[in-house]
Amino acid sequence: MAYFDHAATTPMLPEAIEAMTKALSTTGNASSLHTSGRRARRAVEEAREDIADALGARPSEIIFTSGGTESDNLAVKGVYWSRRTDRRRRVVASGVEHHAVLDTVQWLVEHEGAEVTWLEPDRHGRITPEALADALGDDVALVTAMWANNEVGTVNPVRELAALAAGRGIPFHTDAVQAVGAVPVDFTESGASALTLTGHKLGGPYGVGVLLLGRDVATTPLLHGGGQERDVRSGTLDVPAVVALAAAVRHATTEQLARVDELAALRDELVASVRRVVPDVVLNGDPVHRLPGNAHLTFPGCEGDSLLMLLDAKGIECSTGSACTAGVAQPSHVLLAMGVDPVAARGSLRFSLGHTSTAAEVRELAEAIGPVVERARTAGIAGMKRLKAEV
Amino acid sequence: MRVLAAMSGGVDSAVAAARAVEAGHDVTGVHLALSAKPGTLRTGARGCCTVEDARDARRAADVLGIPFYVWDFAERFTEDVVEDFVAEYAAGRTPNPCLRCNERIKFEALLDKAIGLGFDAVCTGHYARLSTASGRVELRRSADDGKDQSYVLASLTHEQLSHAMFPLGGSTKPEVRAEAAARGLQVAEKPDSHDICFIPDGDTRGFLTKRLGEQPGLLVDDETGAVLGKHVGVHEFTIGQRKGLGIDAPAPDGRPRYVLSLEPVSGTVRVGAAEKLAVTEIVAARPVTRIDFDGPVECVAQVRAHGGLAPAVAEVVGGELLVHLREPLSGVAPGQAVAVYRPDAAGDLVLASATISSAG
Repeated sequence: MAYFDHAATTPMLPEAIEAMTKALSTTGNASSLHTSGRRARRAVEEAREDIADALGARPSEIIFTSGGTESDNLAVKGVYWSRRTDRRRRVVASGVEHHAVLDTVQWLVEHEGAEVTWLEPDRHGRITPEALADALGDDVALVTAMWANNEVGTVNPVRELAALAAGRGIPFHTDAVQAVGAVPVDFTESGASALTLTGHKLGGPYGVGVLLLGRDVATTPLLHGGGQERDVRSGTLDVPAVVALAAAVRHATTEQLARVDELAALRDELVASVRRVVPDVVLNGDPVHRLPGNAHLTFPGCEGDSLLMLLDAKGIECSTGSACTAGVAQPSHVLLAMGVDPVAARGSLRFSLGHTSTAAEVRELAEAIGPVVERARTAGIAGMKRLKAEV
Repeated sequence: MRVLAAMSGGVDSAVAAARAVEAGHDVTGVHLALSAKPGTLRTGARGCCTVEDARDARRAADVLGIPFYVWDFAERFTEDVVEDFVAEYAAGRTPNPCLRCNERIKFEALLDKAIGLGFDAVCTGHYARLSTASGRVELRRSADDGKDQSYVLASLTHEQLSHAMFPLGGSTKPEVRAEAAARGLQVAEKPDSHDICFIPDGDTRGFLTKRLGEQPGLLVDDETGAVLGKHVGVHEFTIGQRKGLGIDAPAPDGRPRYVLSLEPVSGTVRVGAAEKLAVTEIVAARPVTRIDFDGPVECVAQVRAHGGLAPAVAEVVGGELLVHLREPLSGVAPGQAVAVYRPDAAGDLVLASATISSAG
């Protein structure tokens, strides 16, 4: 077995499982006024302080949510709605965002009178400060650009991007779902107004996340009700998930971050060992500004879903990139935006490593990849091949 | 054998895959995404490529404990089936998209890919019997007369059929449903799909008009040459069609009138009495034969997917299949296939199939 899909979800850390298991057996609504309620509230507030401390934020800047998608929706829609005026309805967004941002922006355009300027990445998938500077103006309600790309692993110059937006008084949101635990993330220092993170990408549980939201960033709520989270987000707090998230964030930003060089070395060995067997393999993304666990590879002449199936049959798990609800692999919008040829884009796989990855797993892939690529090349690319009879 | 089971999300392909597993094969399930924009809700008639169908297929694979993937064949399907369907109607012919899909998608695009990936066969839930007892691949009608699909498989080549697996050929639909229920497959009671999958609302005319636009022409009485009305395109009509002709005045003899022929270049649709529809001679192109046609062969001919059977004599002359019907058939439309069978107690044997080019 070799698991190379940590960017989809990574195993929960033992300390997170322990914290969550313990909390599951205690009762208490964090909004209740009695002893049990206060105990639950204390656990939540300690978790909030831990997360704030780990990420260079103030406790009051932590909004607990149900995960990355909700945090992205809250930041993009909430800030847009709060700042929208007749003359300020433009959203500046990177064109290589996760669908949680991409589709949210598109929805605002289609239903809420927003205009959008999509920032084109460079050929490595990076959003440059120059591209953002060109797009800014007084009519911009919000800028959103991810910290690190989920597909090709490219890390953006977030501090410079945020500073440009701040210089014009425009809120800057960044989706840091892939970044926390992989690169140093300090909210205050980054200059961002809002930052998305989620539990299950960093060793915490599914279904819980955070929007770090500056105190002075006006945000219209999406969920109305009890007003639990600063009146920006309502809903009974999921105490076991929140304490487990805090345990995971603590670990991810300390011990895990201390070992990123090892992880990057393992990733480099993966790329090198694949290249030894498949010399024409192409590494996509930024060679320098890159997540330590990401190897995004194009195998010319292959179809990604063939490769995925063949590797899966050998117990090696990876990803073809973004998938729609029916499970159909679409050519990645990220690769297309980077200027990759659509057919080549279909022949790409993402291998993402994480805290449980081992050299043995990399060796397993190195041994399997040669015959797999050969087979996939024989099968060709559906839609490209015609039967001989027709010639 | 390594078997790739094409799973549509329906009960038939689920049970077919189950039987392949039970027969000891190494089975992998695949759902073909055929629509560029899969629907998200089941509305009325069933399509064959909705998100729900993909889910149903996935859940069946879960129950069978086999790996499952969704493969995107939307481009090929659009090109080889949908565009072909539209072009055939525009040319005044009546295509069979299911037959085309078997020929070009399931047993060409998918089969090619499967073979390339190391599979030995593609398994589907079609109702038809395959055997190799005689040393060559024989295709026969299903044990369930009402569900038999040999007609839409009859144009597959020897090579294609030698990599096909139809585990349901010997069963009836009620047996298959009962087996699905016994196996715990949730699709056991799922309704059959009847319609053309890429026209889920069943409005073929509307679909064609949207694609082809209006190409007005005249409705003409075949006997008198009198103009009876106008229409928006020959694609609105099929040979033998009676309803929806838009003729206000009844025929002088008071009998119903039917579409007799379509002339796409002039846009003329000829209508006339029922007996004029009856044909006895069929000329069909590009025959795929399963026996040696040394001379005329006694057979039973089938001219459409359901019904349209008559005893006949068939022969291959000059690369065409000539079928002389011993009893006349009506509604024989160019573009449809004619399949000829040898009656047999073990399931009528398919002898040949070809595309009807003319009938009279």
